[in-house]
Amino acid sequence: MKGGLIVEWTRIAELFVAALSLGSIYALMALGLALVYGILRLVNFAYGELIMIAGYAMWQLQRLGFGVPWALEVLLAVGVVTLTSIVLERVAFRPVRASHGPPINVLITSFACSTVLQSLAMVLISPRSKGIEYPPIVSAQLTLGPVRIAVFDIMAMIVGGVSLVALTFLLKKTFLGISLRAAADDFTMTRLLGVRANGVIAAAFAISGALAGISSVLWLARIGLVRPGIGLGPVIIAFFASVVGGVESLAGAVVGGFILGFLTVGLQAILPASLLEYRSAFTFLVVIIVLLVRLQGLLPGRHMREAR
Amino acid sequence: MLVLEDVHASYGSVVALRGISIRVAEGEMVGLIGANGAGKTTVLSTITGVVRATRGEIRFQGKSLLGKAPEEIVRSGIGMVPEERRIFSGLTVAENLRLGAAIRSDRAGIQKDIDGMCQRFPILGERLHSSAGMLSGGEQQQLAIARALMCRPKVLMLDEPSLGLAPKLVESIFDLVMQLRDMGVTILLIEQNVAKTLQIVDRAYLMRTGQIVAQGPARELEQVVDIKSAYLGGKLVEHERGLDRGVDTHR
Repeated sequence: MKGGLIVEWTRIAELFVAALSLGSIYALMALGLALVYGILRLVNFAYGELIMIAGYAMWQLQRLGFGVPWALEVLLAVGVVTLTSIVLERVAFRPVRASHGPPINVLITSFACSTVLQSLAMVLISPRSKGIEYPPIVSAQLTLGPVRIAVFDIMAMIVGGVSLVALTFLLKKTFLGISLRAAADDFTMTRLLGVRANGVIAAAFAISGALAGISSVLWLARIGLVRPGIGLGPVIIAFFASVVGGVESLAGAVVGGFILGFLTVGLQAILPASLLEYRSAFTFLVVIIVLLVRLQGLLPGRHMREAR
Repeated sequence: MLVLEDVHASYGSVVALRGISIRVAEGEMVGLIGANGAGKTTVLSTITGVVRATRGEIRFQGKSLLGKAPEEIVRSGIGMVPEERRIFSGLTVAENLRLGAAIRSDRAGIQKDIDGMCQRFPILGERLHSSAGMLSGGEQQQLAIARALMCRPKVLMLDEPSLGLAPKLVESIFDLVMQLRDMGVTILLIEQNVAKTLQIVDRAYLMRTGQIVAQGPARELEQVVDIKSAYLGGKLVEHERGLDRGVDTHR
């Protein structure tokens, strides 16, 4: 009897850590998507391909075999994605925005970017999966008394926490961050104070790209491979997380990410084996219920509040 | 200083402005008055480039503003207090003020001006680090004006600063605008509150359905225009005829 109770307790602790770890990754993914959405009202569907590109960047660095240290490899991958995101904004989104067409044009552009990048990966690299190696420590396990914790989960929580703190600092304490928040609140008014629209948007895409890169390194560690369509799952998760949390607030994206993380891990533990493959369906069912109860998400932004 | 010549503008197929000509000289306070829907706000939007002029010319300090992005236009020295204030409700009062100085890079000067605003508007000083969305309507209006002043504008454009405020607050906002004028700030004031506006401006333009129907020094305009009828659109035709001869001396 007593032994049973200990098993229960340790199991819950392990699940809790796993959920926090997954939630951290989801939160970073959702933040990257929400940051651009907040300013441009654009769901950037090419975001998934940014996650893919980070994977290919790591794979390419490993293949070239320069013996680049792993930490540097990660930094380079994040840098490549950040740059790609900035370039996408410059060559694809900015010209479409400047044409003053209907807003849907920008959304279609994001689909186009997504398709082009995926196709390029298929043609230039391969439609098949490519393995990415992570240092052995990533798959190691720590034993704290009766509780076993994956080193990876601790890494994900630390990286997630540090990224969140850094982003919060940027948004609260720098002029760029204040401009970004103001632009998400009322873009035209921000411009009417002399803040340059192109600068703010480029910055949002850069940060979004960096978040895609960081979350990609963590996400791909779970599967250890990259292929052209790998970004679809993450972009859907990021989208749902930000919708659950309240699509116009960054705090909402974080909260939504953790909720999805806990839901996913929780369902994994609770569902009988025969239903496990429908786990995503259950997750999204919960999302639908949340939206039925609170259409504006859990933490609505200003425009949603006013619209009510 | 600010010149609009025969400016036309439209929203899609709806014509909003039909040949607007306005001049604002340095140090002057000019009113743009008229009923709701006359196109006053569209005039401001056209000056700031948010709405594109389809015809005509807009110049600020001799340079054409047409075709420029809004941020480039305001960077040449225009402060905006927009309709409905449009303060950033998710940001603190201090952050709103800091954004007002977006075109400046002199850190020390900006901080000094924020301190100055806190003295001029004590309520902003008290609430400096709380969310601007928590302020009352009158306080938000003070913040919107303080924010516009943070860029040290050459010309300040205010769009209906008294809208939605209690009568007592309307008084204090008008007092404030007069103080600014006395400090030498060039002002273009848009108002529905015609009588009050004519008391404080140097000159005014009266708008109706996208056109200027009367203009002149405030006092003369006050005498000639039967404000109520013009405002309600009643016997405006007769007044316009009289105005063409009587008041229009400032062309």
